[in-house]
Amino acid sequence: MPDTPLETKKITAAKKMRELMTHYYIDALSASQNNKQVAWITSGGPVEPLLAMDIIPVYPENHGAMIGAAKMGENLCEKAENMGYSSDLCAYARADIACSVFKGGPLGGLPKPDMLICCNNICGTVLKWYEVQARFYNVPLFILDTPVCHTGYTAEIARYVQAQVDEYIAFLETLTKRKFNRDKMARIGKLSIDAQRLWQKVLNTTAHKPSPMSAFDAFFFLALIVTLRGTQIAVDFYTDLLAEMEERIKNNISSIPNERYRLLWDNLPIWYQLKWMSGKFSEHHACLVADTYTSAWCGTLDYIDEHHYLDSMAQAYTRIYLNIGVDQMADQVIDMVRWYAADGLVMHSNRSCKPYSFGQMDIMRIVREKTNIPVLMIEADMVDPGNFSQSQVETRIDAFMEIVKHRGHGYDVCRH
Amino acid sequence: MMYAGIDIGSNTAKAAVIKDGQLLGTQVIPTGYNPVTAGIKVFDLLLEKTAQVKTEIAAIVATGYGRASVEFADKAMTEIICHATGAYFMNPTIRGIIDVGGQDSKAILLDTSGRVENFAMNDKCAAGTGRFLEVMANTLEVTLDQLGNFSRRADTPSKISSICTVFAESEVISMIANQQRRENIIAGLHESAAARVAILANKINIREPVMMTGGVAKNSGMVTALENRLGFELLVGELAQENGAIGAAVLASNLSNK
Ligand code: SF4
Repeated sequence: MPDTPLETKKITAAKKMRELMTHYYIDALSASQNNKQVAWITSGGPVEPLLAMDIIPVYPENHGAMIGAAKMGENLCEKAENMGYSSDLCAYARADIACSVFKGGPLGGLPKPDMLICCNNICGTVLKWYEVQARFYNVPLFILDTPVCHTGYTAEIARYVQAQVDEYIAFLETLTKRKFNRDKMARIGKLSIDAQRLWQKVLNTTAHKPSPMSAFDAFFFLALIVTLRGTQIAVDFYTDLLAEMEERIKNNISSIPNERYRLLWDNLPIWYQLKWMSGKFSEHHACLVADTYTSAWCGTLDYIDEHHYLDSMAQAYTRIYLNIGVDQMADQVIDMVRWYAADGLVMHSNRSCKPYSFGQMDIMRIVREKTNIPVLMIEADMVDPGNFSQSQVETRIDAFMEIVKHRGHGYDVCRH
Repeated sequence: MMYAGIDIGSNTAKAAVIKDGQLLGTQVIPTGYNPVTAGIKVFDLLLEKTAQVKTEIAAIVATGYGRASVEFADKAMTEIICHATGAYFMNPTIRGIIDVGGQDSKAILLDTSGRVENFAMNDKCAAGTGRFLEVMANTLEVTLDQLGNFSRRADTPSKISSICTVFAESEVISMIANQQRRENIIAGLHESAAARVAILANKINIREPVMMTGGVAKNSGMVTALENRLGFELLVGELAQENGAIGAAVLASNLSNK
């Protein structure tokens, strides 16, 4: 039987992070008492203009992740299905729609929105989902349409998205009855860039062997870059987190005891199985050192112009990981395999998230051809446990690890 | 030195023992309700059959879905590596394996030293597994052993379009109502299941020679349907069903050779 994992030193920033997230949700839930407006926004949506207008952004997808991690997904998804939604619909959407009606979930429902901001750079599902919510809450909906950049960012796309950014600002001015403050926007843009850079640096630390944190930690620490980018809070937090990681590297503190194999994860996590999964991999002395998901929130830094945030934002938000061609996605995965010195790639074919899971077979093939590392595909769902079979996934992981070990990629001792 | 392998599948429990690199014997029993007792029982019966005593067995490896229930095993390993090892032990020229068991089916690619290079498994659905055929055999009131003979007598195999076991079953029921020949329905079912399994083999670009293992390999109708689909011959040994247990026994011997 594999060895039982030993306890390693916990990351202390986790406590701070929990406090910050609690504050964030308390602020959002008490917004109306403080005469503040709330906007619901998709995870990949341009949030910075909302902050510039003093609007509190709330992310149904982050809430969906919380629901998943709290193992409340099954019940909420079932409620949505009873309302007539298909079980094929993304579980974030199902859970969110059910939560609005039944006030369920870990928070008893999100604060009522004053407006909805939907950017389809992540998927097409959000369009219909936000339309449903706009009708339910009877609030205005702004849609930012970002065409897929199969090969690159063309002049037509640039003009098209830029024009919508202008409309977005006008939309916010109308709803808040306030003038858009460009200086404030520039300051927030700068904070957003700083936080993204710090987040990237935090993620980069896992290239160190042994890795000071794992993708499972990244899934957790991600919440701030999603919800609070553009604030000083996020910058301060990630500054501290980075320092802690550097400290761990200095003292040789690893995420899992005895790291021998390094793996890369693709797609969203399986939120309700994080603990089991991380235990499973660490039994095999394998650390999931990085993933394609958490890096999506700092993957387009190259396109942002620090001095012209608002103008460059259009490009940065259009060219995110889920909105590019499969070849480009595969290139990014291969870069990550090399940068993190991964011994294997674990792909989660996520029943909920079609745009993320579509193209995985091709990416799998390309990665195999170009890097020659073993690739595993797991069929599951990020929130709905009805699409997860533990014993099947376990057999696949065990068999995959047998291959990884046989390949002898693992550095350190103990090559079987 | 003697080594044993125990494979607890969803339908049957298998055990094998090897001595000095030679297979001494194997045993198969139904798993039944309790995988723990099945493990103990199949091992005891095997010892009885081969006239060996427990204390002589140097190491035991357990595999299959119930691998964690075999408390007296030294190590648990997945069916994938066990089938690979078993097939390579029986025939070292084998480069591909198609294993169709009770609740899952898989295709495995081996390198020249018998190591697993890649594998693909069915998703959570029962299509293309032994369970699929079992449900249908029930509906058609034939035993699993008869399926092969029936399908050999088919003239025009029926077309089953549903992948889902439950839907396919209702399709079969309406075919029975339409008085389609049982032989044709069974041949159609084999083709449908073979199509699912062939996808797995194609996913990993399987290489010949390919051995078929698992309980379903005993069904000649399924083997033929698969061969037609894949366009090459499958090697099916006498001990196809016990192959995982044999591999486990070989792995047990490696365990203590380390
Ligand atoms: S389909 Fe994917 S990208 Fe779209 S909301 Fe669901 S999880 Fe997010």
